[in-house]
Amino acid sequence: MYHKDGDDYFIVDAHIALWDARPENQRNVHGRQFIDCFYDYHRNLSPESEVWPYEEYLYQGGERLMRDVFGDGMVDHAIFQPARLAEFYHRGFGQTEEAFALAQAHPDKLTYNHYWDPRDGENGLDALRAAAERMGLKGVKLYTADWHGESRGWKLTDPMAYRYLELCRELGIGNIHIHKGPTIRPLDRDAFDVADVDHVATDFTDLTFVVEHCGLPRLEDFCWIATQEPNVVAGLAVAIPFIHTRPRYFAQIMGELLYWIGEDRILFSSDYALWTPQWLVEKFVDFQIPEDLAEYAPLTTEVKKKVLGLNAAKLYDIPVPEHLRLPDADETATGPRQPDAADLATV
Amino acid sequence: MTAVLPDLTAAVRAALATVVDPELDEPITDLGFVRSLTLDGARVEVHLRLPTSFCAPNFAYLMASDAHDAAAAVPGVERVVVQLDDHHDSDLINRGLAAGAGYRGTFGHEAEDSLDELRAVFSRKAHTAAMERAVTAVLRTDPAVDVAALTVGDLPAGERTTDALLRRRAALGLPVDDGAPVLLHPDGTRPSPAEAPVVLRRARSVRISVDGNAHFCRGLLRTRYPGSGADQAPRPEDRPLIPLTVPEGTRP
Repeated sequence: MYHKDGDDYFIVDAHIALWDARPENQRNVHGRQFIDCFYDYHRNLSPESEVWPYEEYLYQGGERLMRDVFGDGMVDHAIFQPARLAEFYHRGFGQTEEAFALAQAHPDKLTYNHYWDPRDGENGLDALRAAAERMGLKGVKLYTADWHGESRGWKLTDPMAYRYLELCRELGIGNIHIHKGPTIRPLDRDAFDVADVDHVATDFTDLTFVVEHCGLPRLEDFCWIATQEPNVVAGLAVAIPFIHTRPRYFAQIMGELLYWIGEDRILFSSDYALWTPQWLVEKFVDFQIPEDLAEYAPLTTEVKKKVLGLNAAKLYDIPVPEHLRLPDADETATGPRQPDAADLATV
Repeated sequence: MTAVLPDLTAAVRAALATVVDPELDEPITDLGFVRSLTLDGARVEVHLRLPTSFCAPNFAYLMASDAHDAAAAVPGVERVVVQLDDHHDSDLINRGLAAGAGYRGTFGHEAEDSLDELRAVFSRKAHTAAMERAVTAVLRTDPAVDVAALTVGDLPAGERTTDALLRRRAALGLPVDDGAPVLLHPDGTRPSPAEAPVVLRRARSVRISVDGNAHFCRGLLRTRYPGSGADQAPRPEDRPLIPLTVPEGTRP
């Protein structure tokens, strides 16, 4: 819980990881390149006081994670969203057993989401069934840019992916988090294309598709798809740290998301350990859209409360104290949500 | 070793300035992606660098092969070597460029046909973003303007946003005459007055995305390659007409 100026904010961090990128776990140069890329993101977007030494960035372990995410009592609940990256790391990047054990030890604070990959074929379906039973999965994290043997990417519309989505439906795994990285196959098309999300959202209306980092670097394509699909949700991983280095850009991202998809479908995510949640929450609560960006409505306290925790709590049935709950906005299910709040829309 | 004429270096650099990052719609020279350019007689060697090891390899290949072609077309240049540094596909792309293997020869089974459609998608986005910049510039001075009725002749002549839009229209074969409508659907047709608001809003999301990505890529490059900021220049439309730099410590 975070308190500020007489308001209480229930905080759900919808995207954290427990990774191991230490040299002994790096399978090849790509393991090194991948964590270096993350570290550059971290160094580039963090306030100076929040920048970690490289050595600390490689691996945190459960004890430190609990301290970093929950230490000051600000975050109420956090959700693991692991990436496998088996081609880059001997034991994978996301540490499944360590993270799952931590979630079992702190069930009130942590939810473990697992991953699947359609290229694992029939065996992967069996493994998903077993994982769902053992872990009580409510969600999965899918990384479509993961490498797998000769293949360097996949699409949600691949026939085998449909088999996995059907199984998710059967097993009650309702939250499908999608991380769009630079998919290499097919190389002819945009590597960050989010069009496949459109297809599966239409075909699986009973599943919720959370697009991580709100489709960045394709914010525009994401907004256009999400405005038409009521079961597509924006995760703010990677987008929210811009609040420090580029507050005007962050204001535009928030303004666009609120305009196209509305206040009930945006989730706070620190992307820990890329960044830590505390400074992001503090800055977000204090944040306001600059007055000269008159095409966007100001962010209300209610919007901030929903984004910081209430929206994710709803998706994951995380209990929220009665007095902190808020009703859904009276918004249209599809199409622009706040056209009247946008002065340049009334041309 | 032959003495290198300084104007040949300048000519090659100017040629590289015509190579654009399709995603960001800016020259690779302004983005700081040209790490080095060396001439040994008529032999040119260009090293390119990108903000991360995991930048999309199709765009990386497009920029590297465009840089190769641009340098090779300069009169007086006889041999060109382009090397993409520190990318997860550096070896693959550099081998393909050295062998003149082309796109499909470089990427084998991962390449299907060509990158032409990819290029076209981003040319259209570049136009959409330029259209939004031009319309918003008008709206900032006259919020009551009828956006749906705006024509090219209504745009302030000589403004950078106007010039930039006209260049992108010309590149796509869209009309540039005074009577042509400014606001267009992505397919080049004119929206109805009722559609105009959402077309502009959608264009705005494209422009925000392109600008945001360009800024992030510049920043990441500076983080990854200390000192590379000296090789970067802002998008011409964003350059202030009057220098806004105020020396520190001069505030009263």
